[in-house]
Formats: sequence, structure tokens, C-alpha cells
Amino acid sequence: MKTIEIHSLEQTNEFAQKIAACLKDKQMVITLDGDLGAGKTTWTKALGKALGVKSVINSPTFTILKSYKQGNGQPLHHIDAYRLEGASQDLGFEDCFDEGICVVEWSQFIEDQLPEDRLCISIEEGIDENRIITMEATGPNSQQVLEEYHD
Amino acid sequence: MIILGIESSCDETAVSIVKDKKEILASIVASQIDVHKEFGGVVPEVASRIHVENISYCIEQAFSQANMTMDDIDAIAVTKGPGLIGCLHVGVQAAKTLAFAYHKPLVPVHHLAGHIYANELVVDLEFPVLALVVSGGNSELVYMKDETSFEILGQTQDDAIGEAYDKVARVLNLGYPGGPKIDKLARQGKPVYALAKPKTQGKYDFSFSGLKSSVLQFVKRQERLNQTYDMADLAASFQETALNEIFDKVKAVLNDYPDIKHFVVGGGVSANSRLREKIEELKPKYPNVTFTVPPMSCCTDNANMIAVAGEIAYKAGRRADASLTADSSWEIQ
Repeated sequence: MKTIEIHSLEQTNEFAQKIAACLKDKQMVITLDGDLGAGKTTWTKALGKALGVKSVINSPTFTILKSYKQGNGQPLHHIDAYRLEGASQDLGFEDCFDEGICVVEWSQFIEDQLPEDRLCISIEEGIDENRIITMEATGPNSQQVLEEYHD
Repeated sequence: MIILGIESSCDETAVSIVKDKKEILASIVASQIDVHKEFGGVVPEVASRIHVENISYCIEQAFSQANMTMDDIDAIAVTKGPGLIGCLHVGVQAAKTLAFAYHKPLVPVHHLAGHIYANELVVDLEFPVLALVVSGGNSELVYMKDETSFEILGQTQDDAIGEAYDKVARVLNLGYPGGPKIDKLARQGKPVYALAKPKTQGKYDFSFSGLKSSVLQFVKRQERLNQTYDMADLAASFQETALNEIFDKVKAVLNDYPDIKHFVVGGGVSANSRLREKIEELKPKYPNVTFTVPPMSCCTDNANMIAVAGEIAYKAGRRADASLTADSSWEIQ
């Protein structure tokens, strides 16, 4: 587990860029937790940009899933399970988990569908732009990404 | 031309029969809003299951209302995307099946284009058109040089405006859908609270996520300090800031594109009473532009707009065959 503190939007972007460098050409599911307004979509935008996504990354809340193409041709999937609270059916996200990078917000609502090996990032909100970020690996692949990450 | 339109991209299962883009012969809408209320939003699997239950009934009802049969239909138009994938599939499958069984042309339609073309039901579009589409899933400014070209000048960089309304309503415990509730409450209040003004890089882009967070932080701060606040004033402050974000960009486009002849609105948020007032305020400032705010029946999700868009796309030569599939993130065309 690694914990870092950030104090500005610029540092959020830097953090996303560093993670992107560790993820390059890999296949990984990232769960991204934090309250409304913690900066989950902001972080995902920065990650996507660093991975070479050209199109606008905006909130997937309405359509639950939005998919983009990274610079290397691999997909970046962005899932927001905010509206899936209480839904227990299998929504067929496996395809998204098996290719490219998949970022899942509000992952607790689809916990049983997530793969075992994933990088869990949680953003805890402080005053203004201060955030405490915790990263945890739950399997060998995510562990490798975590070990490659340096402040 | 007589077009059968089918729409199932989100809350509504809708089937319409529209003649020559103007005459609505039948319009059936089965809404799921009541079902979603208890969840505070749409639940996709529940939504697609209800679409399956509703679609055949809606098609039957449409023909019964129009007193027609499939023989009278010239083409079938269906929303291919964007939307919730499971929901879109239901409409696309129904349209494909009908087209196959009755040997009718099949025309895929973009949901956003449908919202824009919905204006054709009440007025003939004069190009170039500037369209503002504002709903739960969309916040876009679209420039149309002619009937079949779409250029997205600006779009939300994070949340759609309707989504921001829903999330703020959830924070304030007002219920779902949040738009009408906040609008109503805001009319009793004044925009006295200073909330974060949205910031975007693109000149015509929108942002609502920071504003949503600002409302949340305001509420938390007041609670932390044990201070009360006026809900109506907070609703008015949020609404005014959100709509100023929209209208600052609308004005910027109208100033930069003097060739624009017609400004139209689409999407469910155009029901907002303050938004309608703000459009009235724009009219005298841009005397060379025609402003159309269609009646609410044209703004919400329905299949009339899909039938109209279908006729335009059909005449432009667009066709699909049995290989047509729904595309949740289809680019506008």
C-alpha cells in the first residue's frame, strides 16, 4: 500500500501521469473511490490524456460506460457504477476488464463482477484542493504497477 | 413520407409515426421515471428489461393510434446511439425485425441529432443553425452548416448539466429527477450564495463538476459551522451559475459566428423555466437570429424526433441492414 498527499490540481495531473507511465501497454483494472466531488473524473481525464487519448473524456454517469482509444490503439474504458446501486444483474463488463485499461468509479456497486487483480485507488478529500491518495494492489499485476510507481 | 420512429436509449420506450417531418400521427411514450425514482437514477438492467416488456405494446399502440398498418410505413428509423447499451439494443432489435419482416428501409439515427431535428416539427430550420442540447446525458453546442453536417463547437468536459442538477438534488434531498425540483425551488429564492464559477480551457466548452462540488462543500461547511442556509437561495444560486455557464458560451458563439441564422434548443433541460427566460433575454440582442424553443413535447426523449431525423437521414441516403448494432458512444452524424 502506498499513500501520497497532493495539494493542487497540477499535482493531481502529475500523479495521473506517473501512474499512466507505469500502466503503459499493460492490461489493468483500476478502481477509483472517493466522494462526489473528490476529483475522480478529473483524475481519469488526466490519466487518459497521458495514455494518449485524443477525444474528450467526460462523465460516464449517464451511459455508465464510455470507451476511448489510447495512443497505442488499446482501449481505455471508463465505467461509473454510481447508478447501479441495488442492481444485481451481470452487466457484461468482463470484456472491458479483459482488454486495455479500465477505470471503475463507484466500484462497490459492482464488486462481485470485478477481477481479483486490480489497482485500488482511493481519493480522500481534504480542505480545498488537498487530497490524500491511497493505492493498494490486490494481485501480482497490480503489485508490479505499484512497485514501479515512485513519487 | 411516413416514418416509424423507435427510441429506447434511456428512460423512455417510445414509438412514433410521423408524416413529412411535421404531422405526428402517433406518439407513444412509456416512461420509467417512476421506477427510477426509488433508486435516485436509472438502473440500466432494470431499464432494458422494462424496454423489452414495453416495446411491442408501444408499437401496437402507435399503429392503433394512427389507424395504420406496417404497409403504410415508408421507412423505419431507430436510435443507434449514444445511450445505455442494453436499452439501445432493445429498440435496434425491434426495428431490425420489423424492417426484415416487412421489407422496409432501416435508418439508424443519432440521439443528439434527433434532439436538434425535433425543432423541425414546429419550424423549418434555417442554416447555419446553432443548436444547444441540454439533458441528463448531453451538454453540447452544435454548429450545423447545412442539414447533414454537425460540428461540435463545445461540450461538457465533465458532467452533463442535467446530471449536475440530479446530483445537486440528491445532495439537497430533493429527489429524482432533480431538474424540475431545483427549478421550482429556485423560483422562490435569490442567487445570493457565491459558488465556484466553472472553468474550461475550450472557449465554448462547459464544466459543471466543480459547481456540483462547490454546492456540496457549501452544504458541508454550513453543517460544520452549525449554520443554517436557505435551500431556495442555494437552488437559485446553483441554477443561475449553471445557466450563466451555458449562456456565456452561447453568446460567445453567436458573437464569433455572425453567419448563424437560427438558434434552437433540444433536450430535457430546455423545460427549465429560467433557461427559457434567458433565451427571451437574448432575442433583442441578436435581431438577425431566429430563436426557437420548441414546446416541451419536442424536447424530452420521444420517438417523434427520431422519425423526423430518420426522414432527413433517409433522404440523404443513409441505410442500414441486418448487421446494424447499437453503439453506446456513437459520434454524431
